Amino acid sequence: MQISLFLPELALIAMILVLFFASLGSNIKTGSVQGLALIFAALAVVAAVLSFSQQGLMFFDAYRVDAFSQTFKVLITGGLLLVVFMGPGLTGIEARIKPEYYLFLTVSTLGLVFLSSAVELLTILISLEISSYALYVVIPFRRHNGFRVQMEAGIKYVLFGAVSTGLTLFGMSYVFGFAHSTYLSELSRVIPSLLLEQPLAVIGMVMMMCGFFYKLALFPMHFWTPDVYEGAANETTTFVATLPKVGAVALLIRLVVLTGVEVGQFTWILATVAVLSMTVGNLSALVQDDLKRLLAYSSIAHAGYVMVGILSVGELGMSSAIYYIAGYVIMNLACFYVIYHLAPTGENVTFADLKGLHRKSPLLAFTLAAGAFGMAGIPPTVGFTGKFVLFTAAIDKGMYALVILAMVNAAISAFYYLKMVRAAYSQDGEQQTTVVLGMPARLLGVILVLAILLIGIFPQSFIALAREAVAVL
Amino acid sequence: MEQYLIANTLSYPILSAILLIPLVGALITLFLGGDGILKSWGLLVTLLTAVVSLPLYGHFDLHTAKFQFAEVYHWFPALHLNYEVGVDGISVLLVLLTTLVMPLCILCSWSYIKERFKEFVFVVLIMEAAMIGVFICLNTVMFYIFWEAMLIPMYLLIAVWGGPRKDYASIKFFLYTLTGSIFLLVAIIALYIKTGTFFIPELMAHQYSYQYQMWVFLACALAFAIKIPMFPLHTWLPAAHVEAPTAGSVILASILLKMGGYGFLRFCLPMAPAATMTCMPYLLALSIMSIIFGGYLALGQSDIKKLIAYSSVGHMGFVTLGIFLLNDQGIKGAMLQMINHGITTGALFICIGIIYERTHSREIKDNAALGMVMPIYVTFLGIFTLSSFAFPGTNSFVGELLVLVGAFTKYKLVGALAIPGAILAAAYMLRLFQKMVWADSDGHGHHDDHGEGGGHHALADLNGREIVTLLFLAVFVFWIGLHPTPLLKIMDTSVGHLLHQIQSGSHHLPSHHDHHAWLLQVGTWVKNLAVF
Repeated sequence: MQISLFLPELALIAMILVLFFASLGSNIKTGSVQGLALIFAALAVVAAVLSFSQQGLMFFDAYRVDAFSQTFKVLITGGLLLVVFMGPGLTGIEARIKPEYYLFLTVSTLGLVFLSSAVELLTILISLEISSYALYVVIPFRRHNGFRVQMEAGIKYVLFGAVSTGLTLFGMSYVFGFAHSTYLSELSRVIPSLLLEQPLAVIGMVMMMCGFFYKLALFPMHFWTPDVYEGAANETTTFVATLPKVGAVALLIRLVVLTGVEVGQFTWILATVAVLSMTVGNLSALVQDDLKRLLAYSSIAHAGYVMVGILSVGELGMSSAIYYIAGYVIMNLACFYVIYHLAPTGENVTFADLKGLHRKSPLLAFTLAAGAFGMAGIPPTVGFTGKFVLFTAAIDKGMYALVILAMVNAAISAFYYLKMVRAAYSQDGEQQTTVVLGMPARLLGVILVLAILLIGIFPQSFIALAREAVAVL
Repeated sequence: MEQYLIANTLSYPILSAILLIPLVGALITLFLGGDGILKSWGLLVTLLTAVVSLPLYGHFDLHTAKFQFAEVYHWFPALHLNYEVGVDGISVLLVLLTTLVMPLCILCSWSYIKERFKEFVFVVLIMEAAMIGVFICLNTVMFYIFWEAMLIPMYLLIAVWGGPRKDYASIKFFLYTLTGSIFLLVAIIALYIKTGTFFIPELMAHQYSYQYQMWVFLACALAFAIKIPMFPLHTWLPAAHVEAPTAGSVILASILLKMGGYGFLRFCLPMAPAATMTCMPYLLALSIMSIIFGGYLALGQSDIKKLIAYSSVGHMGFVTLGIFLLNDQGIKGAMLQMINHGITTGALFICIGIIYERTHSREIKDNAALGMVMPIYVTFLGIFTLSSFAFPGTNSFVGELLVLVGAFTKYKLVGALAIPGAILAAAYMLRLFQKMVWADSDGHGHHDDHGEGGGHHALADLNGREIVTLLFLAVFVFWIGLHPTPLLKIMDTSVGHLLHQIQSGSHHLPSHHDHHAWLLQVGTWVKNLAVF
């Protein structure tokens, strides 16, 4: 086994160990914990970038390192770095469990990193569970200002997670029963013909995907999203709302590729799920007042858009899905960045809190506007370019109706995104105290805005990277 | 590509320059402070853009339908997306209209906008860049990007600096236009999948099947009909106009609405000629309804801004009428009418802004009997009123006359139906003018409403800045009214080429056995009726 193949994972494992020992100490300062987490997260990103061109198989061919997995590893570790960087001080988390908090976040990230390389069903399941279990622990971590809410969130996440794991495992047993193998490379040979001959194989595949629908918050596994987003601390929600989705997209792409290029019946199921996800998400988001709940519903809708790319199957479709989810992570981070800084004691933010934001902090208001317009798909943001490439892939496959439905949904979503911008730029605000941002926070805001705009305007190299990644599938 | 483009031969990349100057200017605005400096900076940037754009007029080659001053750079090769800009006889005047109107927007906001001047100048400059982008880019995706990017600054203009119902108006504006443009995006992607290019001239030259044309036409037409706006999709316009600040109304009336007309000429007619032929009767009918309906509603308004907003619906009805007559006079008339409406209605909105600053009301009765108090203002108002209802000698007369001549040459009934619109325009504009200058028909002003003359005696007449703004537009009113030939010559070759494209593309019209036969049947029926 070449050690360089496993570099990002090793970096994360080292991070976990260090944080574990930090959590044993009784009086370690928040600043130093965050410093540690930041350094190791940065190391993980460096490791992921360094091992980018590596390829090979490990652990009895159950673990595959290739351009595809490495792209996702860069995305996931990069996401972790941003999430850690974004919540300095962890204002919403109790002081005594801060090292544990970072520890579990890292464990979850490690699970997601495993997930992007796993090419064997049980490895996939275990990776999925590693990432979920850590989150089951982290979600109720919150300062005691609404104990019931955070417990509800934790329990919901566990229960729905358990159900979806059960479904996934059940689906895997079907697939294994038909194909007599748990290796994706073996499965890809038999699954396409099985899907045509055996209706049960379709059911097995769909059930197997449920676990990833759950992670991605895709209809019908989306019910946990609003409550978990609302109940978890702002920092935790930032994590839950971004990284697991990237991991889920990686696996969904792998599984859809399994089914072959002309998927027929299967496409119909996925398309229906995508449309329902978009519609349910957008219509429910229209009436929300809590920003985190709104973003939760909007994430359900965005999961639907990503599915449009994934089910377009070809190289363009898959690469557009990767580009879109990466863009979505940045835009979502921008919104959560604003929420985090608007809530000094970690409380939830509502529309009322946004009022007059442009006076309190022009940078926060502008970051929110960039994120919201991006998610609404207005040019020249990354959200627009992402949707554009997604829909090009879908129209290329002749899915006109699906694209039109997605477009109509995008128009509906514009309403609530605009509501956010309007609130931020409205005149009246109750208290006009300025929000003071430190230099690192300002820097992060500028980076997020620039990323939303520049990746949107110059998508060339990013799409090329995504294409390179999916070419190996 | 050379067959469609003539590379820029000027010493500087003129189109990129007019696109970049406002953009860079907007970025620099962020680092400036002080209202006075910001205002002057905004004016300077817009004036510079206007001056830099002037060679487009002087160096325009009248004898070619190719796109001139063209520049091509690679941007996103994997999807054949390039930066391609150029102008032809259809777009060049709209570009000039944009660059010339923008300094006036800053001037008319000089004392109207009281707060957040930095953001205001930033938004207006971004807006200018986006609008210029729409008219000059030759790539459907870039067109769409600018088309949509424009929504944000316009939305902010209404939502931040607008009137009391700004929330409602801005959201309505945004959602209407966004919904329309979404179908445009589907059409753009569908065209790309079919042809493998986003390059507009290539898309225009490509031949599509009839059914395909029909889909493309319907998707694009929806977006453009909302933007223009055409009856019954016009309801966002009065709300947006009334609530927008003066600069917003001027931009909306003078330039934004023109994008719908431009879209029809650039996308629908050349890319879907057979579908255009089929849909022509319906669009003519909708145009007539816009003219009459807009005029009729304008007649009943007591709010001056609303009145002008509804009159815009009517005027733009003349534009679509001209476009879908599909003959030389009609299209040229429509294009001239777009320019005219930009000048005249823009000026009228500035006039309303000026009086609103003084009386803080847009109700006709609160602004009555100004004749003795503000003679210079009233003079300008008179000029633009005459122009608005197409008085001979003014710019609109030439445009409207051309459209009507086009209508009568093609279908007499259409011409006859459009005439009441012209009469209605005279009725509501004269009523407005009479009320504002002399008040009641018996000669009494509404001074009693205000007690002791309503404070009108205290109203100051126009200051130098306002006179310059209005005078600039008044010059155009008479220049185009008395000597429209240069403008018509600029359009000549491009319109000829467009008509040729429609002629040669219309042989794709299907036989009656085709499955769109029912549509054609109704079309022929309406057409027969129209020709008597």
